[in-house]
Amino acid sequence: MQQVDPYVAQPLAVEPPQIRRSDPAPSRLTYRLERLRLTPLFSFSLRVLLPVTIVGVFAGAWYAKEDNRQWVSDQFAAVTDAVQSRPEFQVHMMAIDGASPELAQEIRVLLPVDFPLSSFDLDLDEMRDKLRVLDPVQQATLRVRSGGVLQIEIEERVPAMLVRNQDGLTLVDDSGAIVRPAGQRSDYPDLPVVAGEAAQEATPEALTLFNVMGPLAPRLRGFERRGGRRWDVVLDKGQRIMLPEDNPVQALERVISMDQVKDLLGYDLAVVDLRLPERATLRLNDVAAETYWETIKAKTGGAP
Amino acid sequence: MIELYDSQRAMRNMRRAAMQRGVVAILDVGSTKVACLVLRFDGNDNFGDESIGSLAGQSGFRVIGAATTRSRGMRFGEVTSMGETERAIRTAVQAAQKMAGIRVDHVIAAFSGAGPRSYGVAGKVDVAGMNVEEQDVARVLSACEVPDFGHGREVLHAQPVNFALDHRSGLSDPRGQIGHELACDMHMLTVDAQAVQNLAYCIKRCDLELAGLASSAYVSGVAALVEDEQELGAACIDLGGGSTGVSIFMKKHMIFADTVRMGGDLITKDISMGLQIPSNMAERIKTRFGGVVATGMDDRDMIDIGGETGDWEHDRREVSRAELIGIIRPRVEEILEEVKAVLDGAGFEHLPSQQIVLTGGGSQILGLDGLASRILGQHVRLGRPLRVQGLPQAATGPSFATAVGLSLFAAHPQDEWWDFQIPVDRLPSRSLRRAFKWFRENW
Repeated sequence: MQQVDPYVAQPLAVEPPQIRRSDPAPSRLTYRLERLRLTPLFSFSLRVLLPVTIVGVFAGAWYAKEDNRQWVSDQFAAVTDAVQSRPEFQVHMMAIDGASPELAQEIRVLLPVDFPLSSFDLDLDEMRDKLRVLDPVQQATLRVRSGGVLQIEIEERVPAMLVRNQDGLTLVDDSGAIVRPAGQRSDYPDLPVVAGEAAQEATPEALTLFNVMGPLAPRLRGFERRGGRRWDVVLDKGQRIMLPEDNPVQALERVISMDQVKDLLGYDLAVVDLRLPERATLRLNDVAAETYWETIKAKTGGAP
Repeated sequence: MIELYDSQRAMRNMRRAAMQRGVVAILDVGSTKVACLVLRFDGNDNFGDESIGSLAGQSGFRVIGAATTRSRGMRFGEVTSMGETERAIRTAVQAAQKMAGIRVDHVIAAFSGAGPRSYGVAGKVDVAGMNVEEQDVARVLSACEVPDFGHGREVLHAQPVNFALDHRSGLSDPRGQIGHELACDMHMLTVDAQAVQNLAYCIKRCDLELAGLASSAYVSGVAALVEDEQELGAACIDLGGGSTGVSIFMKKHMIFADTVRMGGDLITKDISMGLQIPSNMAERIKTRFGGVVATGMDDRDMIDIGGETGDWEHDRREVSRAELIGIIRPRVEEILEEVKAVLDGAGFEHLPSQQIVLTGGGSQILGLDGLASRILGQHVRLGRPLRVQGLPQAATGPSFATAVGLSLFAAHPQDEWWDFQIPVDRLPSRSLRRAFKWFRENW
């Protein structure tokens, strides 16, 4: 126990802490600050403008450095790459539907895609435009199917006619668009041939004429465009039906009906001329003409 | 007379500015508490039918902040210590602002003291034209004979109460009517200028602009009297802490106001002295156990009044409730006698309706209505202020009658003298003369 020196004044007890009743009134400074804080413009700038400004200044200062900008773009590229190269987005193969084997081969040559690659790297629109340039392709649909397959659906042009020009035979469809060059006429026995000046552009008209040929179809050799405005129907045995510029179909039907009734084309005719539709003109072959004249002479006794 | 109203006109402009901003504070500076309400004016005063009146004219605003604090430095409704009062106002305003979440710059204040004195003044002029014009009203108001209310007093309210045209009296709005002689009765309330200036200075020290001043006797009447009482005639007795306001209403106008410089604080002081207990303890037992009518039960109802002296005998004292009532009742009777004297002086007994409404914090004493009806007259009721939108439940009691009435006053002030046109012959002629001089010199 500690000895207490009786001659030194000792505190009797620790002074109890004075409970100071603080003044409930705010001081003038507090009051003014509180009022300032409640001012709408001030509180808005303190709550919104100030943090935005601070963050903006720091971000701007950081971004002003070349290295940081580089780092940001690198990071961005890395993240983009990481997402795009995920296996879910990988395309492994190309499937071509609705194309002939030759066309499919051609498409594979035209679109040299080295699989596997990300579907983000495929520009389907551009690829479709490339395919549309191909002659046999009427419509191309490209999409990335689930399972990483680039699905190409081709709607091929259907050859409806053969066009003969300087380069040889060409297959065209019903709208006159080129499908592909044709090798031999005999490869396509059931297709009519058109030839002549600007024949290819008028192919649809030739096709309607072909459709009304009916009984004459087996004898048809082809259609010839004359002067870029009207058609000649060329039949075998060197016969030719010259159709007018206007309403060629009616004229052709007329010839066919005449043929059916009178076997017109069974005669040794060279040309059935319907260029003036209201006056059909026939031109005989030379031999037939001789014979005709002989007959006339014989009937009339030598005088014409 | 004109310069007297300049400050009142300035306050009216301030009030208009506050309305435009939409936020105004109400400050009831009483002797026991300072109450502050923050009002937001939405500006939808008149919706739909005009004749209905939108909820007694209180739909235009809502209370968004309310705070009350113990008053300091006030006695009898007058400032005795500027710094203390300023602090009390600051406390109340800051708390109300905080609740409202918006800063208020304009404040409309009411106070109960400053020795209000009522004057009925009358004026009479000939109508200039055939019809009564605005200018005629202005002239008749300025023609009122203003009594000599003494040096150092200022007009707080000057409300035209009645207009008479020739021999037809009781007109509320004479404009456009045909007549020769226009007379006007005006009720004028003057207060001690210094007391008002002290309060205005305290408010200014709190960075607030004073947008209006009202007598608390008047505004508590506005809040506590219902419409037909105001119309038929009634007296509102606002039993406050430091002073008791008396106001008499007739035809929706205040026709008399006065203050009795006695209030609830005096009762507390009596209890404190009579029972030898501290003032806050006296206040507590007054509000918890106080009453004015003792019954046999009250003799056995013992109240522990305690103490902290350390003397066991002293600290274990008890009084019966009857003793407490025996202290309270004479003082309440005295206050009511004073009120009775004031009412008699005002000629209240000549009014057609003798309705008396007791309000204010002191009116919550149990059994007061019975006692008051014995002293003041048969038609006594306890009045609570009107309900205003957004007022917290804690501020709906009778002790907030002044604050609520002041809110109504802020929203729809009564037309006072300074709200009317200035008569032409009183316009300052100096500026006209100067303009004329300038023309003559330059042309």
